[in-house]
Amino acid sequence: MTYIVKPKFHHPALPKNSLGYTHRDYEGSVSTLCAGCGHDSISAAIIEACFELAIEPHRVAKLSGIGCSSKTPTYFLGQSHGFNSVHGRMPSVLTGANLANRDLIYLGVSGDGDSASIGLGQFAHAIRRGVNMVYIVENNGVYGLTKGQFSATADRGSKAKRGAINNDTSIDLVAMAMQLGATFVARSFSGDKAQLVPIIKAAIEHKGAAFIDVLSPCVAFNNHLGSTKSFDYVRMHNEAVNRLDFITGREPIKVDYEPGTVEIVEQHDGSKIALRKLNSEYDIHNKLAAMSFLLNHAAEGQIVTGLLYVDSDPDDLHANLATVDTPLNALAEKELCPGSAMLDKFNAGLR
Amino acid sequence: MPIESVNDFVVRFANVNGSGSASANELFARSVLRMGVPVSPRNIFPSNIQGLPTWYEVRITEAGHLGARGGVDLMVAMNPQTFDKDVASIEKGGYLFYDNTKPLPPSRFRDDITVIGVPLTAICNREYIDPRQRQLFKNIIYVGALSAILDMDVGAIEKLIAEQFRSKDTLIEPNVHALHLGRDYALMNLDCPIGLKVKKANAVGDRIFIEGNNATALGAVYGGATVCAWYPITPSSSVAEAFQRHCARYRTDAKTRTNRYAIIQAEDELSSIGMVIGASWNGARSFTATSGPGISLMQEFLGLAYFAEIPAVLIDVQRAGPSTGMPTRTQQCDLVSCAYASHGDTKHVLLFPEDPAEAFEMTAQAFDLADRLQTPIFVLTDLDIGMNHRLCRPLKWDDSRAYDRGKIMTAEMLEQGSDFGRYLDVDNDGIPFRTLPGTHPTKGSFFTRGTSRDRYARYTEEGGPYADNMQRLLRKFETAKSLVPRPVRRNADKPTKCGAIYYGSTSPAMDEAIHMIAARGQPLDMLRVRGFPFHQDVNDFIAEHEFVFVVEQNRDSQLRTLITTECGIDPMRLVPVLHFDGTPITARFIANAIGDHLDALKVTPLRKVRS
Repeated sequence: MTYIVKPKFHHPALPKNSLGYTHRDYEGSVSTLCAGCGHDSISAAIIEACFELAIEPHRVAKLSGIGCSSKTPTYFLGQSHGFNSVHGRMPSVLTGANLANRDLIYLGVSGDGDSASIGLGQFAHAIRRGVNMVYIVENNGVYGLTKGQFSATADRGSKAKRGAINNDTSIDLVAMAMQLGATFVARSFSGDKAQLVPIIKAAIEHKGAAFIDVLSPCVAFNNHLGSTKSFDYVRMHNEAVNRLDFITGREPIKVDYEPGTVEIVEQHDGSKIALRKLNSEYDIHNKLAAMSFLLNHAAEGQIVTGLLYVDSDPDDLHANLATVDTPLNALAEKELCPGSAMLDKFNAGLR
Repeated sequence: MPIESVNDFVVRFANVNGSGSASANELFARSVLRMGVPVSPRNIFPSNIQGLPTWYEVRITEAGHLGARGGVDLMVAMNPQTFDKDVASIEKGGYLFYDNTKPLPPSRFRDDITVIGVPLTAICNREYIDPRQRQLFKNIIYVGALSAILDMDVGAIEKLIAEQFRSKDTLIEPNVHALHLGRDYALMNLDCPIGLKVKKANAVGDRIFIEGNNATALGAVYGGATVCAWYPITPSSSVAEAFQRHCARYRTDAKTRTNRYAIIQAEDELSSIGMVIGASWNGARSFTATSGPGISLMQEFLGLAYFAEIPAVLIDVQRAGPSTGMPTRTQQCDLVSCAYASHGDTKHVLLFPEDPAEAFEMTAQAFDLADRLQTPIFVLTDLDIGMNHRLCRPLKWDDSRAYDRGKIMTAEMLEQGSDFGRYLDVDNDGIPFRTLPGTHPTKGSFFTRGTSRDRYARYTEEGGPYADNMQRLLRKFETAKSLVPRPVRRNADKPTKCGAIYYGSTSPAMDEAIHMIAARGQPLDMLRVRGFPFHQDVNDFIAEHEFVFVVEQNRDSQLRTLITTECGIDPMRLVPVLHFDGTPITARFIANAIGDHLDALKVTPLRKVRS
C-alpha cells in the first residue's frame, strides 16, 4: 500500500466559505478503504461540516484508535495534526491532548471494535469525564481489517457473511453514552448526509462530550441478507426522530420554520439547533424519556436516529478541574516553576 | 552483657496497623534528629489498612549511615500478635520494651536481653475513658517512657508536638501531658537511662528529612509538569497525591482560583499513560507515577511512544514482583521490563536516583530529557526511597535554569521555509524536529502513528525506510548517553583490581559497606550508575578492574544483564551480589557477600584461571 497524494489543482469556481477555503482545503489523502464503504461517506460529512462552519483546519486535532474507521482521519483535514494511536485507546490520548491545549477542536474517530470491545472502558471514562470533544463511532458491527468477525455491536441473531449467527447481546453505545453522562448524544446513518452533517456541526460547537454513533455498513463483510447493519436493513428500520439544521453562534441567527414542528435549541456558545420534529412524542431534553424511547424502539427492531439528547449548558473537564484559560502547553517557567526562594522555605519546613 | 551504645543503635517499634502509632513513631525519630543526631527510619508494613502487624525501624546513627543496618537493639513490642517473633529478633544483649499491664510468664522472654516493662494500658485506662484516646495516647506515652530510658531531650519532643499541632493548639497540652505520663513513670520506676543513649550532637547539618515520593512530586512541579495522569498503586500513589498538594500550593492562582495544572485519576494504567502521551504530543509536560504492575499494563503504549517519538515521563516506584508479589516491600526489579518495554525492538532511557534529593533533581531533569529526546524517560525509584523519610541534602534550584523544550519547529521557522520532516535527522544526532498541533494553517501538519513511515511521516511498509528509521532511533539512543546523568566514581585509598557497581537505594548501604570491606583489607573502587543508556565510564570502569561486583536488589541481576548486553561485556567479568527478600539491602549483607567472595578469590583471579 502506498500513500497517495491528491493533485492540488481545482476548478476556480469551487465555492468558498467565509475563510476563503474550498472543500479541497478540508480534504485529506485518497481513501484506501473499499469502494462504497460507509466510512468514506462519514469522512465526506466531516469535511462538509468543517467547511460549512469555516473552521481553520489546523485548529482541529483528529485522533483515532486502530481499525478501518481509525484509518479515516488520513482521508480528511489534511492540514490538521492527526494521531492514529493504539487499539481502543483513542479516548485517553484525546483526553491528554485536550488537557494540554483547551483551544483546539478535538475530533475522535473510532469504530465499534475499537470503542465497544477493546476500548469500552476508555470510551466510558472519557464520556463520564465530560471531555470537550466530538466522539464519532463508525459502527458497522464487524471487524473489517481482520476480515469479518462479529463486533460487540452486532445484533443478537444477526448473521455473519460466512453464516455464523451472533448469540451475544449487542452493546448500544448510544444508550451507554446517555447513561454515562454525555451531554450531546446522536445517532445517524452514513447514507443520510442531510441528517449527519448538521449533527456533526452541532457536535463540534457543543462544549462538552458529544457522542455520535454512525451506522456505517461494511460493503465487504456486513452488507448481506441477515445482517442488521446493511444498507438495506438500516434504511428499512430507520426511525428518525428529528431532522436538524444547525446555525452557528457566529452568524446572525435567522430561523424561519413552521411552528409546531420545529424546536430551537440554543447551546451555551450561542449556536442554535433547529429541530424539525418527525416524532412528536420525542423530547431531546429528557434523558430518561429518551432512553426509554430508544429501548422501546430497539425492542421493536427499529433504529432510532437523529439528535437524541442534548444538554444546552454542559460542563466540561476543564471546568471541573478549574484549569486556567491559557492552554497548559503555553505556560512557561515563570508560571510553572516556584523558584529557589520557595524551595528554601520548603526545605526549612523539613528540618 | 547489655549493649552499651551512644548515638549508634537500632530501635524497632512493633505495632498493629491502623492503631495510630505512625505519627508517634515519627515523633520519636524527629526528636532524635532535633538533638542533632542523624536517623534513618523505615516503615515495614503489610498490604493492609487495619489489623495486620506493622513495624517502624529507626536507625540512630551519628556516623550518618542511612542504609538499613539489620538487627534490633531495642524492641518496642506493642503487638501481642508478633511478640514472640519480635523478642526473638533482638540482638544478644539488647533490650525489650513492652506493656506489662498483663503479666507474662518468664518463658516469653529471653535471658540474654534486658526486659523493660511499663504498664501502658493501665496508665491509659486510669487517665482516659474514651477508647480512642486510650489507644492514641498510649503511643505518646511510650514515646515519653523511651525519652527517659534513652536519656533524650524532652524539650525537643515538646517543641515538635507544639509545631505539629500548631493549627489545632488545643491538642498540644493533652499530648504533652501524655508524654510526661510515660516519662515520669519511667523516671520513677525504672533504671534510667539504659545502655543505649541519645546524646546531643551536631551531625545533622542543614539536611532535610523527606520522603522520596514527596521530593519526586516536587521535582515534577519544578520541572514544569502540567498534566499528571495516574492510577492508585502502592508504593507510588503518594507521588500523585503529593503532586496534587504541591500544585494546590504553588500553581493555583490566588485571585481566580484557577489551576495551572491538571491531574486525572485514570481508570487504569493504560489510560494514564495514554493521557500522558496525548498531552505530551500536544506540547504539555506530562507524567504518570506507577509501580511494576502498571509498567506491565503500559507496554503497548510505551512502544508507541518510542516509535512515534513522543515525550513521556514515568515515575516507577519499584516494589517486589513478579505479579502482585510483595506490594509493600522494596526491590529494584523493573530495570529490564522498563529498559526494553513493549514488543519489537525498543530501548528506553532510565534514571536511578539514590535518595529524595536526587529524585527531585532527576524528576525535574526527566522532563528536559523527554522533550529533548522525544521518548519516554523512566525515573526508577523504589519503596525504600519513596515511602520512607530520608535525611538528605536540601533541595536546590537554579533560577537561571530554562526548560529545554527540545526541537520544536515553530510557525516562524515554517514560514522561513525550514524543511520539516517529522522523522528527518537534520542534526545527525538522531533527533528530528516536531511540530505541535495548531502551529500553522498550511505547513507542518503530520500524522502521528505507530505504523511505519518515511522521514516525512508518510505511511510506508517498504523495508528501506523502515530500517532507516530504526537505525536513526539507535543513533538517538546513542545521543542519550551523553545527556543522562553520568556515573559517580569513587576510588579506594589504595590501587585495587576490584570494583563494585551499584545504583539507586543501595547507595547508603554501599557507602557504609565500603568501610567494612576496607577494614577487612580489601580496598574496592566504586561506580554508582545513575542512568541508562550507559556512559562510556561504565565500560572504562569494568576494563580497569579484574573483578567487578554488581550489587542489586533483585534476583536476576538485571543491571548486570543490561551492562553485558549493551556494553558487550563478558558476563564472567561481573559478579552479581543480590539481595531480593523485599527488605532493604544492608551494609552487613554487602560487606559479607563481597568480603567472602574476595577471600575465596584472594589467590587467583577468575580470568587467569580461565586463560
